[in-house]
Parts: sequence; C-alpha cells; structure tokens
Amino acid sequence: MKYIDEFRNLKIAEKLYRLINEEAEGLCQVNFMEVCGTHTMAVERFGIRRMLPENVRLISGPGCPVCVTPKNYIDKAIGLIGLEDVIIFSFGDMLKVPGTHSSLLKKKSSGKVKIVYSALDAVEFAEKNRDKKIVFLGIGFETTVPTVAASIKYAKKKKLKNFFVYSGHKVMPPAMRLLAGDKEVNIKGFLCPAHVSAIIGIKSYADICEKYNIPCVIAGFEPLDILQSILMLARQVKLNIAKVENQYNRVVRVSGNIKALSLIDEVFSTHDSEWRGIGVIKKSGLVLSRRYSDFDAEKNIDFPKVETKMDKGCICGSVLKGIKTPLECGLFSKKCTPENPYGACMVSSEGACAAYYKYPHPNLLP
Amino acid sequence: MKILKIEGDKAIVSSGGVQRSIGINFLKGPKIGDYVIVHAGFAIEKLDTVKAEETLKILEELQ
Repeated sequence: MKYIDEFRNLKIAEKLYRLINEEAEGLCQVNFMEVCGTHTMAVERFGIRRMLPENVRLISGPGCPVCVTPKNYIDKAIGLIGLEDVIIFSFGDMLKVPGTHSSLLKKKSSGKVKIVYSALDAVEFAEKNRDKKIVFLGIGFETTVPTVAASIKYAKKKKLKNFFVYSGHKVMPPAMRLLAGDKEVNIKGFLCPAHVSAIIGIKSYADICEKYNIPCVIAGFEPLDILQSILMLARQVKLNIAKVENQYNRVVRVSGNIKALSLIDEVFSTHDSEWRGIGVIKKSGLVLSRRYSDFDAEKNIDFPKVETKMDKGCICGSVLKGIKTPLECGLFSKKCTPENPYGACMVSSEGACAAYYKYPHPNLLP
Repeated sequence: MKILKIEGDKAIVSSGGVQRSIGINFLKGPKIGDYVIVHAGFAIEKLDTVKAEETLKILEELQ
C-alpha cells in the first residue's frame, strides 16, 4: 500500500517527539483521548504512549465497536441461535465476546454462526438460501454503517424476505460530547477517528471545540500521523485555542463522504443507545428507518427472552472512558487474556486491553 | 488498495499482489489507478496523493 512506509520515517518521528517535548514544557498535565480502536492499536504497537513527555497522557476512549456493545445484545444474539431456520452472520471480532452464559464462538459448532468480512456476503447467502432466515449482527461505527446500509438496499432491490439486520450500530460524536463534559475524564484534546471522519467529515466536531473548549485533530493511522496530530493538539492547548484540524486530509474531506452519509440517512434513523460500561447516550445509536423496517431483525423476529448478568471485577467501563488503564485491572493478563477473555476490551483486536496485552514491549518503529 | 478494473458498482483492487472485488458505491468518479481506503468490502474514500505529498512535505519542514 502506498503511503505507509513514508509515514513511518524514524528520523521524522524523532523530530516530532522532540517538538512535542518542547511544546509540553510548561504545560500542566494534559489528557488527550483517542477514540478509534485502530489508533489504540497503533499507539501501543509503536510504543507512542510511553514515549510521550510525562505531562502528556494519551488515553484510550470507547473506539472499539465490539467493546461498547452491551452484554445484553450478545445474549440476545446467542438466543437467536435456538430459533429454527435462523443463521447468524457476524464480523469475526464479535464471536469471542462473552455473554452471560456463553459466546457466539462456543455456539459456532452448531453451524448456525458464520463469520463474514462484509454484510454483502450475508445478503448473498440469503439470496441463495431462501428457506433460512439470515440475521446479520450490525456492529460498528459510521465507517461500517454505510456498508451495511448498502447491503440492506441490495436486499431490498432483490426483494429478499429472509435477510435481517440486528442493529447495534453506534455513532461517535454523541459519545465524544458526553466524555468531553465528564470532569473525571478531564480531556484536553481529542484525536478524532480517521475512517469515521472520512464518512462524517470534520464539521461534526466543531461544537465539541466550541462548547467544551477542547481541540479536535483528525488523525491518520501511521506513527507520523499520530505524532503530528499530538503536536497539533499540544500547540492548540498552549495557545489556548480549540478548533478542528484535519491532519488526515489525504483521506478525510471537509464534508465527509456525501454519498455514504445520504445512504445512512435513508436506511437508518437515530435512537438512544446503551454503551457497555458507559450507559445510555442520547441519539448515539442507529436502527433501521421505517422505510427499511422489513429488514429489521427486532421488528420481524421473535427474540427469545434472555437474562443478562453484569460482570464482576471487570473494569471495562472505566477503561472505555479512559479513567483507568488496563494495567489497573485485577483481572488483566491473569483471569482475562485474549485466549480466555473476561471483558469485551480484551476480546476485540481493537480493544485497549488486547492492545496492552499484545504489545507489552512496543518498539518506536518496526 | 489500487483500482485495477471497474464493473458497475464493483471494482477489482489489488494490495500487495492480492486481488479482490469491492463495492465502490460511495466513491465519486472512481477511476482505474485510484488508491482507495477499503472497509468491510467497500471503498469508503479515495486517497488524495497530492494531499499526501503535501503532508509529507509539512512533516519534512516542521520545526
């Protein structure tokens, strides 16, 4: 892929660290939050968190879609497996997430749980297997939502009566606003998600800057992208300004992706949605719009009643809010590992706990 | 990933020698040779190589 090695240049990385150090001098303790699972992984992989000056703390927010999915959603999805003719299609990350009594992975041998790379694969399966009810687990933020919307539209075009989406989709700005106003988290700058921003554009963050006086920088995924964005945030903090800057302008356009946005608007509508460990956030979730309600699993399938028990000892909630790091959890790397996860943050490859576990001794650059 | 071929709403892209088919429904005027960002089977945006070079130049000159 073009423009990867160029953005991993060691010499420029060292210069950026020096500039961040210079900028941080004289600053109080500042917390910058990244709210994208891919950023969390990159930050751990390249050891960025540990290379920053002491007073610049990079904290991980709720950027991993699997991690913020409530346990009850998993339990309800597992409950569907008991229904005749229902086959569950999901992105791979969801399978290991523990529900109250089981996980989708443990049920996979039933042949009723299938992993797909794209929602479109599930639609194509539905088209060829009309005697089965195909339920796609719609998990993901604004980057994933248009791909699911396009798949639903395709199912409508093909007049499929056996394809349904169980939507757990969420949108990021309402969660960022909630965290921006949380004094305990005390955020002084946001590293805004790269690919979510490619869809929603840069304007969605303007009110966070204005209302909470928190700078927002949209950052690419490579080390130089992240370091430059941290420098941009530090410079704004020093000047006591708060505006949206777009470091990742090679991909993110000011207005976002208009075609994808209009497709989201057509197929989905917003509702209040629960985030695991955080609670219900107003207008932060997406359900299928009235026009597409024939494809809404919750409206067309009788979900078996399930009982959800809350986690004990797991501090995923505080980790997702950036109040605690995975290292502060008593279960981390003992009772809770990627092979035998206890909480969702250890399950997903984009979760903060999984990132900390995978890269105990990160390198500056590969 | 680089677009090699376009057929309606789909394109064949290649990355590191591996070819695959993706949806290009959300792209404005996709062309063969464009670099695209792919997520869950769809291209979500084009990579602007001019802007990429500009960012690299800024990084180089940053003081």
